[in-house]
This record gives sequence, C-alpha cells and structure tokens, in this order.
Amino acid sequence: MSLLDLLLDPMRLGFMQRGLVAAVLVGIVCAVVGAFVVLRGLAFIGDAVSHAAFPGLVIAFLLGIPLYIGGAVAAVATALAIGWVARHGRLRFDTAVGVLFAGMFAFGIALFSSIDDYVADLFSYLLGNVLGITTQDIVQVAVLGGIVLCVVFLLRKEFLYASFDPSGAAASGLPVHWLDYLLLGLIGITIVVSIQTVGIILVVAMLVTPAATAELLVDRFWDLVRVAIAVAVVAAVVGLYVSYYLSIASGASIVLVETICFAIALVLSPKSGWFARRREVAARP
Amino acid sequence: MTLATQDAGTSVETTAATLRDVTVAYGARVALDHVDLTIPRGSLMAVIGPNGAGKSTLLKAIAGLVEPVSGTLQVLGGPPGREARHLAYVPQAELVDWSFPVTVGDIAMMGRVPLIGIGRSPTAEDRAAVREALATVGMVEHERRQIGALSGGQRRRVFLARALAAHPDLFLLDEPVTGVDATTEEDLMRVLEAQVEGGSTVIASTHDLAAAAHHFHQVTLINGRVVATGPSSLLMDRDLLRETYGGHVVVLPEGDTTIIDDAHHHDDAPAGERHFHEGRG
Repeated sequence: MSLLDLLLDPMRLGFMQRGLVAAVLVGIVCAVVGAFVVLRGLAFIGDAVSHAAFPGLVIAFLLGIPLYIGGAVAAVATALAIGWVARHGRLRFDTAVGVLFAGMFAFGIALFSSIDDYVADLFSYLLGNVLGITTQDIVQVAVLGGIVLCVVFLLRKEFLYASFDPSGAAASGLPVHWLDYLLLGLIGITIVVSIQTVGIILVVAMLVTPAATAELLVDRFWDLVRVAIAVAVVAAVVGLYVSYYLSIASGASIVLVETICFAIALVLSPKSGWFARRREVAARP
Repeated sequence: MTLATQDAGTSVETTAATLRDVTVAYGARVALDHVDLTIPRGSLMAVIGPNGAGKSTLLKAIAGLVEPVSGTLQVLGGPPGREARHLAYVPQAELVDWSFPVTVGDIAMMGRVPLIGIGRSPTAEDRAAVREALATVGMVEHERRQIGALSGGQRRRVFLARALAAHPDLFLLDEPVTGVDATTEEDLMRVLEAQVEGGSTVIASTHDLAAAAHHFHQVTLINGRVVATGPSSLLMDRDLLRETYGGHVVVLPEGDTTIIDDAHHHDDAPAGERHFHEGRG
C-alpha cells in the first residue's frame, strides 16, 4: 500500500471526514483562545470550567434538551462565577476555584450515576469521541467557534493590552473588568465546543499545549497565535490518522501529538531550549 | 464615588487633579487617610514618602483604578475615569510580566489603543505617533526587540514611550526612575520636563529624594495623609522629612539628611485590584 493510500483510505469513511473537519475547527478556536489562557495563567481555570460543564450536560440529558445548551450554560456560568470570585472573593483564588469545580464535577457524577439507561452519549463527553460527530454537530462547532474568533478579532488590541498591563489599560479607559468577563465567557464557549472532540478531561490540553508550544518558539503575540494554530491543525490531522491506524481514542491521540510537539519545542526552543542553553554555555568566556 | 461638584476655588482650566477628603482602604488597611490635595496643571510633581505611605495608591486613585471609600476626586475636570483617554498611567516595573511576548513597538502602540477604537487597525497617524514617542526616548532602533531582552532603564524608556504615544494631558508614573542608571534618569526627566513645558502635567512617585529635589518642580510628602505639598524646596525642611519618614530620618553631623528606607517595595500589594493574572512567574 502506498503512502497516498495510507492517507486517502481513512478519508473514504464519512465519520473520518467529519472527525477531521471537527478536530481542525476545534483546534483552531482552542489555539487562539488558548494564547490568552497561557499568557494570563488561566490553565487551571480552563480545567475547572470544563469539569464544571459536566453537570450541565447531564441535566440537559435528563431534561431531553440539546446537551450543548446544558454544557454551555454550566461552563459560561462557572467561568463568570470564577471571574467574580477573582475580584471579590475573600478566599485564596485557586482554593476557591478548586472547591467550586470539584463540587460541580461531583454533582455531575452523582447525577450521572443515578441514570439507569444507556448513557454512552454522556460517556463520550467525558472522554471525547470526535468520530461520533454528526454534520449538525460540525455546524454548531463552526457557528460557535466562528463567533468566538470574530469577538477575539474585533477586540484583539484591547485583549492584548488588558492581558499585558491591566492597570495601564484600565487607566487609559479600556473596560478591563468587562474584557476579563468576556474572555472568561469565550473560554467557556470554546470549552463546550471542544468537549465532544477531546472530552472534558482532556480539553484543557487543547487550550494550553499549542499556545505553550508556540510561546517557546516566538516572541511576538500574534506570531504566537499563528504558530499555535499551526500546531493545533497538525496535531488534529496527525492525531486522527494515528487514532485510526493504532485504534486508540481520538481525543487522547490528538492531545498526545500536541504534547510531542511541545516536547520537541522544549528541546529546540531558541529562547529556553536545550540547544539555546548549550550555546549560552559555549559562549561564556 | 459621587461626582465631584465644581468648586469655586479650583477651576477646571488650572487644576489637573483635586482630592477632597479622600480615604482609600484595602480591607481593614487604610492606605490614604482623609487626603486633601490640589495639583495644578503644568505641575512636575514628585510624590515622596516611605514604603506603605500610599504613593502608589494616590496615583491609582487619580487614575481611577481604586475607588475611595469616602471623599471626592476630580481629574482633568471630571470624575476619575471620565477623561481616561487624556491620561497615561505607568505601573511599577516589578508589576509587569517581562516574559510576555510583546516587542518594544507593540508596547508603544498600546498607548494608541483607546484612540484607535474597537475592531480597527492602527492608521499611519498612529504609527507616526508611536515612532515619534520611541524616538523621544531613544528606543527606535530597538522597536522589534522583545521586552524581556531589554535592560531596566530601557524598559522604563519603553513604558514612557507608551505614555507619550497617547499624547496625554496627565502623566501618572509609578516609580519611573527607580533603579535606572544616571543617564536614563537624566534623559527621562528631560522628556518629562519638555512635556510639562508643552502644557501637560506629570505626577510621579519616587523613593529617591535626590532625584525629587533635582528634577521635579513640586513635591507632595505623604505618609498615609498629606504632610506637605509645594515647591521641591520643601525637601530641605528636615522637620517635614522627619514627619514624613518618622524615625527613619537620620540627620548626620555635617547636616546631611539620610533616610533609611528599603526601596523597591510597592506599597499596596494585597487586594488593590485583582485581575486573574496569577500563575505565571
């Protein structure tokens, strides 16, 4: 079998075509939003919001409404609640977030375990199943992801300024607190559209790993976003093929390829990589 | 915060900032205690005082970044925040994430962001303003460098360029010359002097009494409350210094005054304004 056959064979299957489109779309949205997540140190919040989406999904399942809506409501509400706690809370911030999201997730598991029926649907949300995605799902991902990207594009300068120097930005008249809430809301939506692809447990990797990889390689914000998108797209495509040929879970496969990209960047990084440090040592008198 | 009413004694044309009985507290800790202060337009004012005296808090209150628990402020003729586009605030260097992936040019352009508007890209006019600001502080040739690669003095130059690019009427600078070399200090102060001559107002906090005495026209001595405000010759008054710095003033036999003060600590860390910016180090 030729290389071309290896590449084309899986794409004769409809679910592989849909999976590839969904994984690439989700990868792009996650990479863009993830750049802000990484630079503002919000990785833990990403993890918290994704877990907190779970009870929303289960409740939506029990009520018979679209799961996306339940997940989105829970995720965005949690993200905004975290923003409120960050500003007004008396507890240590990470403590408050830890308590909140573990409680939400436990609530989801408790509800989930009380369902007697067949709930493979919900399981796929925990672990992700991009190959089970329908055309309608892809439309939802494209619309919601498109909205997220449009908002980021329109507020690109403002988000960057508020992320780099919130007090300078606020003093010059930017509504920094609203931008913060909006960013959290966008993170919530991004997580919900990503959950079906990689699952609640791994979605934080989609947000963090491509941008973290890019941060090692470039030193301008928009270059970072471009490289993060490239990493995410490559990982989506390669991960899906690996998943097909090795018969491993698609979400895990995509995240593993991203992790390998990160490891390579860590070694090759011109800023902090192994070679850069060796060069520094060699240059020392 | 209530809208400050127009006062007969201070006219909008001649006053950059007016604080009337302003108290600012972080939880139980009072940073500014019933402060009354009028800063005329065209001032080149140093805010002097020991650690924890409320220097940063005073600047933040004028910038509209912290809300007083009582009292009223008027800034550039309106309540804090209303004239935000005519104001540039530069935080202390140690509060900035220097590993952030932005270049010198990117930072200077941030000064233009509120003027450019949502969704728009910088125009030729914005680029010209950025270039001019970078030229003024001598950083044009570093435009494409990442900020982490700069020296401490260069970083202060870049942040001043960001402020200049906004063409503000009021500069609020938190420790602009702390920890920089003598040349940078001279250069930055010359730039601020020129801004004041052009009609702008500069309010800067500093730990450095010598710098305040040499380079600034006015000083405000604070220690939670305003001890004194007036021309920088006030710094010659040992009694005022003693009142400002408490027991930390040592008058040497020759008549020199030394102040024991460990510099470089920002005086209102805990809950001033919390953005979720934690997690990077």
